[in-house]
Amino acid sequence: MNPFASINSQSLPGPDDTLRVVLENGITVLTRPNLESASVVVTGYLQAGSVFEPNEKAGLAYFTAAALMRGTTRRTFQQIFDALESSGASLGFGSSVHTASFGGRALAEDLPLLLELLAESLSEPVFPPEYIERLRAQIMTSLAIRAQDTADMASLTFEKLLFPGHPYGRPDEGFPETISAITRQDIVDFHRRHYGPRQMVVVIVGGVSPDAAVEQAQKALGGFSNPDQPSPPSLSGVQPLRETIRQHVEIPGKSQADLVIGTLGPKRNSPDYLAVSLGNNILGQFGMMGRIGDVVREQAGLAYYASTSLNGWIESGSWEVSAGVNPANLSRAADLIIKELEHYVKDGVSVEELQDSQANFIGRLPLSLESNIGVANALLNLERFQLGLDYYRRYPDMVSEVTPDQVLEASRRYLDPQRLVIASAGSQPT
Amino acid sequence: MSALIKTKLPNGLTVQLKEIHSAPLISHWIWYRVGLRNEVPGKTGLSHWVEHMQFKGTPQMPAGVLDKAISRDGGLWNAFTYLDWTAYFETMPADKIDLALNLEADRMTNSLFDPQEVESERTVIMSEREGNENEPLFRLDEAIQAAAFERHPYRFEVVGEMEDLRTIQREDLYQHYRAYYVPGNAVLAVAGDFKVEEMLQKIIERYGGIPAGQPPLLPELREDEMFGEKRVEIKGPGETAYLRLAYRAPVAAHRDFFALTVVDSLLSGPSSLNMFGGGGISNKTSRLYRALVEKELAVSINGALQATIDPFLYNLTATVHPEQTPKAVLSAMDEQIDRLQQERVPEEEIHRAIKQARALFAYGSENITNQAFWLGYSEMFSTYEWFTQYVQTLETITPEDVQRAARFYLQPNRRVIGIYIPEARQETAA
Repeated sequence: MNPFASINSQSLPGPDDTLRVVLENGITVLTRPNLESASVVVTGYLQAGSVFEPNEKAGLAYFTAAALMRGTTRRTFQQIFDALESSGASLGFGSSVHTASFGGRALAEDLPLLLELLAESLSEPVFPPEYIERLRAQIMTSLAIRAQDTADMASLTFEKLLFPGHPYGRPDEGFPETISAITRQDIVDFHRRHYGPRQMVVVIVGGVSPDAAVEQAQKALGGFSNPDQPSPPSLSGVQPLRETIRQHVEIPGKSQADLVIGTLGPKRNSPDYLAVSLGNNILGQFGMMGRIGDVVREQAGLAYYASTSLNGWIESGSWEVSAGVNPANLSRAADLIIKELEHYVKDGVSVEELQDSQANFIGRLPLSLESNIGVANALLNLERFQLGLDYYRRYPDMVSEVTPDQVLEASRRYLDPQRLVIASAGSQPT
Repeated sequence: MSALIKTKLPNGLTVQLKEIHSAPLISHWIWYRVGLRNEVPGKTGLSHWVEHMQFKGTPQMPAGVLDKAISRDGGLWNAFTYLDWTAYFETMPADKIDLALNLEADRMTNSLFDPQEVESERTVIMSEREGNENEPLFRLDEAIQAAAFERHPYRFEVVGEMEDLRTIQREDLYQHYRAYYVPGNAVLAVAGDFKVEEMLQKIIERYGGIPAGQPPLLPELREDEMFGEKRVEIKGPGETAYLRLAYRAPVAAHRDFFALTVVDSLLSGPSSLNMFGGGGISNKTSRLYRALVEKELAVSINGALQATIDPFLYNLTATVHPEQTPKAVLSAMDEQIDRLQQERVPEEEIHRAIKQARALFAYGSENITNQAFWLGYSEMFSTYEWFTQYVQTLETITPEDVQRAARFYLQPNRRVIGIYIPEARQETAA
């Protein structure tokens, strides 16, 4: 019995209102109806992430995903987007370490069109050479903008130092030199080899019945095949930090510097994840950015934002504190943050603090699951991390059962203030 | 279906309530007609700073108590300061809405403005401004607004001039607060899972006892027409050049605003009306995307028309292709604008823009926070009917209206041309 729940857990997604079907070609379809809605959301992923790209072609998975809609055997770029935009629909592709992803929405009556364009982009792209070059210039520009963005550069440096030599330490979009090195043939080959239905997931949520959703998915994607699609490679393990590592990236002419301090965190389906996640909430999220926000912003007035985040992935995770400060205050802010981390791993969290965060985790569920897109993302996470269709129904109890000792023990397995990555970017600290 | 109540309490507070029962949530918004528009040189940034101080507590609810209380209940809250208004919202599980009602009624009159908190917030806001200054487009905007207006406060940025942030005192802030945070200057908008009669009763209990008050009369804000094109150039770090054309726009309540909305949709794609959720529609079939991005003159283009009380600016912003110049982009943009002024738009193109607006409406209505937002926001520059009749009004726009709006509002002598020249590319940027 959980003491917090005033929410009706039966209103959350569960096995009785979520349909999960595996098509013959291996695609898993998850769907939950919202028949009051006039629109529908389609989202999902397939096994074509950056784990498959070589270091010298970093960004290949991303470039390939971005190029899918530049023309297919049936439609030109302008025809694809004319069909979408004339219906008020949208569709796009992206990629991350493990998977290439897609997301779109349309009025419910246009779901067949959306699925048709999805299937066409996945299975029949032609990668017109002039569009590859156009896209390359767009990506190069976004990388030039990234190089000037203090928050992006601090975060990129943090990940590089935390995951040396691992795909988690490499930015999805690659680097200017690797994007320049990618040829159209690389993209064609990457697509031919890695785009396929094996372990692909499609989630459909909104104004469509479950049977109709599955039927339409089968019609559009049932013929998608790639007999030679390889399994994801096994990744080298992630090594814990042995000492504190600092790096500053100089970006001249910037009024504000960004700071990221952190370490490894639990992977998403680790038994530690929920306890650490509650601890993270207390440390840098609850209320006005938790304890970190209180110390750095409210008491010291050093930053407009100073908060923590916990990112659990398939093989590992990161746990980080981010703040934007005047360059002159970089080291003072870092000292305050580290002191707070020391206090956290020494003394843990109080019963009262934990109860607050537990109430927050449970209470915010209805808000996060309010819209079609919120539900679709939730279902996608269930599948990606194998959490089980009854996860949200069990969630309030799982959250309530965590104790302060569990938070402290689990947190200590990851967070050691003597072994941190401290990355910053901006103008030279004075 | 949803019930709607619009009323005014005897103390002058406007109340708008809308029942929506799609999720067990309620979104509560309080809007004050105070923003940059109500400020004078030397004291810019007052409204935004007052907004920050509203999170610093009252005798009944001291600083730090409010955000914890909201988080504990799983709520979401935030505040915004803009050209014409300041708004505060809480979206809560329906059974927790009393907290939002209590705290907003309380801080309408009882905020402390503790001198120490004022000082700590001074550096937080300066840090917020420094974060803005890191962005090339913020710096460009600042220069454009200063050139576009000679007298109107719209010539400043909402965050305020750095010099003013250094010198503003506690009394300045407190007087601004007492002058503008009065029932006669506020609109309370609540949407979600409640019965309107019961909600109105709760509101009367909490807000009804606040003494009546009207805001001070504003001095004459008339700004002269622009007589001649202006040009501003900003140099700064980076490799990426930007071109922004800023035209004097009509006020939101004017019919021409809708004609210009269609102009914007044709030129740069449909703009999402949804501040919360909903997402947008891509703009790859718009006239400027085809003329600029498809021709490799720019890597992106977007338009922004904002609903304001006094005439503000309609912006068209291009990110210049790395191998092109702002001059070449400007000339291609002018060609498209000229075409819109010379050739009458086919009816189908207008119908397409309307279908897109209808889809964006459907997406936005999934989200209760977004619905409550519109219930109050539309009252800041017009009435709620402006929003509910939005698509119908667009349907009355004719090809003649579009041509007339393009001819009048997109005249060169009504615009500022703003160019961001990256230091790394100065030799080619002119």
